[in-house]
Amino acid sequence: MFESVWLLFALPAFGALIILFAGQWMSQKVVGWVASAAVAAAFLMSVLLFFSLTALPAEERSITITWWQWMTIGDFHVPAAVLIDPLSVTMAMVVTGVGALIHIYSIGYMDHEPRYQRFFFYLNFFILAMLTLVMSNNFLGMFVGWEGVGLASFLLIGFWFDKKDEMYGWYADCGKKAFIVNRIGDFGMILAMIMVWSTLGTVVFTELNEAAHHLAPATATIICLLLLLGATGKSAQIPLYVWLPDAMAGPTPVSALIHAATMVTAGVYMIIRTNMLWHLTTDAGLVTAWIGMLTALLAASIAIVQTDLKKILAYSTVSQLGFMIAAAGLAAYGAALFHLVTHAFFKALLFLAAGSVMHATHGILDINRLGGLRAKMPTTYRTFLIGAAALAGIPLMSGFFSKDAILVVELEKNIALYLVGAVTALLTAIYSFRAVFVTFHGQPRDQHVYDHVHESPGVMTIPLWILAVLSVVAGVINLPFVLTLDRWLEPVIGEHEKIPLVLELLGITISIVIAVLGVLIARSLYLTNEPWARRLTQPFSSLRKPAEQKWYVDEAYTFIVVSPIKAASGWFARVFDPRVIDGAVNSVGGVLSDAGEAVRKLQNGAIPAYALSIFLGVVVVMIYFIFAG
Amino acid sequence: MVPTSYYLILSAIIFTIGAVGVLGRRNALIIIMCVEMMLNSVNLTLIAFAMQWNNLNGQVFVFMVMAVAAAEVAVGLAILIAHFHLSKTTNIDDINLMKW
Repeated sequence: MFESVWLLFALPAFGALIILFAGQWMSQKVVGWVASAAVAAAFLMSVLLFFSLTALPAEERSITITWWQWMTIGDFHVPAAVLIDPLSVTMAMVVTGVGALIHIYSIGYMDHEPRYQRFFFYLNFFILAMLTLVMSNNFLGMFVGWEGVGLASFLLIGFWFDKKDEMYGWYADCGKKAFIVNRIGDFGMILAMIMVWSTLGTVVFTELNEAAHHLAPATATIICLLLLLGATGKSAQIPLYVWLPDAMAGPTPVSALIHAATMVTAGVYMIIRTNMLWHLTTDAGLVTAWIGMLTALLAASIAIVQTDLKKILAYSTVSQLGFMIAAAGLAAYGAALFHLVTHAFFKALLFLAAGSVMHATHGILDINRLGGLRAKMPTTYRTFLIGAAALAGIPLMSGFFSKDAILVVELEKNIALYLVGAVTALLTAIYSFRAVFVTFHGQPRDQHVYDHVHESPGVMTIPLWILAVLSVVAGVINLPFVLTLDRWLEPVIGEHEKIPLVLELLGITISIVIAVLGVLIARSLYLTNEPWARRLTQPFSSLRKPAEQKWYVDEAYTFIVVSPIKAASGWFARVFDPRVIDGAVNSVGGVLSDAGEAVRKLQNGAIPAYALSIFLGVVVVMIYFIFAG
Repeated sequence: MVPTSYYLILSAIIFTIGAVGVLGRRNALIIIMCVEMMLNSVNLTLIAFAMQWNNLNGQVFVFMVMAVAAAEVAVGLAILIAHFHLSKTTNIDDINLMKW
């Protein structure tokens, strides 16, 4: 059974190739269904792998299928191999499952897109790269996938590269920003990989499990901090989160798939996968946890004042990723993966529902121009509501259990982190329901937009309902005290810590209070306009302006990093390159040319001159023979 | 006996006059004559040393030099006359076809 894991990769690969070479003769629907079928088949494959794993006893749930030796340079061996274990199979199921739903949704969403062939090719390529990332058994294979999803992200964000508007600028620039910011993270990854190999002699994950014990704590800390840098790039944390809001320039299915459900979770996955290194260093874990929570708080504070629906969801994604990264930093890998899975469901749902709104309003997502849409788009409204409830952590939704799992770990380990988490959870609840109330409830703010709104076709709403159901029930995979997912992951992450009952119950209670309070505040601020909420938020009103300007982070980066680099590059391009480099090359030619000009003057055709030169030559030879010969 | 150095000095003077003439004169014919002068000065040197060392090799070599001088004059004058037919001038400053 496990030998046929190559099919998991071959299906999206063949899908991509078929679309690449034969897509021009196929209609948009056919191309879409071919792509979706490829990913759906890959999902079935991953489910089969899952069931095959469950048939094995827990200690044996780690199978390596080696296809060939990729690199052998002296002692450096890197196989092209796949690691089938609980973690990789879970990720594969999420990636292909959510991916298939989004592919199907895209058939409806991109129905008027003339460049559909390119779009579905890129989507299938992304699935292939993401599977490489999560199933590879060594750092380098994972890095190939890492770079591949970065490339797919760049291509898809800038899909409409010839488009330009006020909010995003050139859409192509948004793709560039994502790629370049990611590259800084990749720099950290590469250094970490080099350090791992040079200190431990291997890059294969299963071998690292034993070898990691040889690491000195200081070395492990440096390696993990470098890995953290990579994670902050891919998973949009401080300081490298700035690309994700701009990534909303891409088509909404892309935002759902790549920038909510799958690619951005690669950082979290990577930390869980390399947990054998993180176990050696609590310092790096603490840094990670703080970066995660601070990012969560920062992003939530920006989300609460955004007016574009996709931007709200984008900052929300950054914020929720912060929770996951923090959990990974505190070694609560089960909780991190749990939130990863539930977040994939409800965030993809929210984005697809936002896409449904966008499809209906022909691109308008400014919530100040929407309102009252629930009457005309009931399915979109209901599914969006379910997603928002999951995001806010309404009890019994999947998001409630997964976010609570993380908060409880913070409550146990670090009270300061817990307080940040609690505040962020409150903000999360507020902005989620702000989006719901302003977009779907109340009176339409722009009558013209409202008149043209219609519900989306079935090919778009059925994935919405499937994701909605998943957002509700997915909590069962890791209920408190039952902890199915934690036990499932034990072969990969080791024994999970048991949280004391008191803390668990305290955490659950506070989470319920926060979620309900958040919904009530949002309702009174944005729906019913009650004064008590206004009084409650009055102290924070001075923070509104900076929050609307995203805390000036982009401006700061432009000032500190981008402008100096552009100035330096400009200097290099205008001064250094033409004058110094071209000058050096040209002057070599110039020197030779001038020398030739000078020597040429010797040949003046005047016979006395030639006679003189003969004469001088004789003199020189004579001097030589008299004095040295 | 006349000291050998007198012959050598004389020979040097004649050689220098000939050299200066080769380098400085304009008329091709005069230049050829100066070349002859340089060759003759060398002859004088050879004879002087032959006398000093009582060795006849020097004097025999003078004959070689003379033979070469004669052949060279023949060729040189032939070139000069051929060029004169072409350009109607013996001024070497006008012979500059090989100029860059």
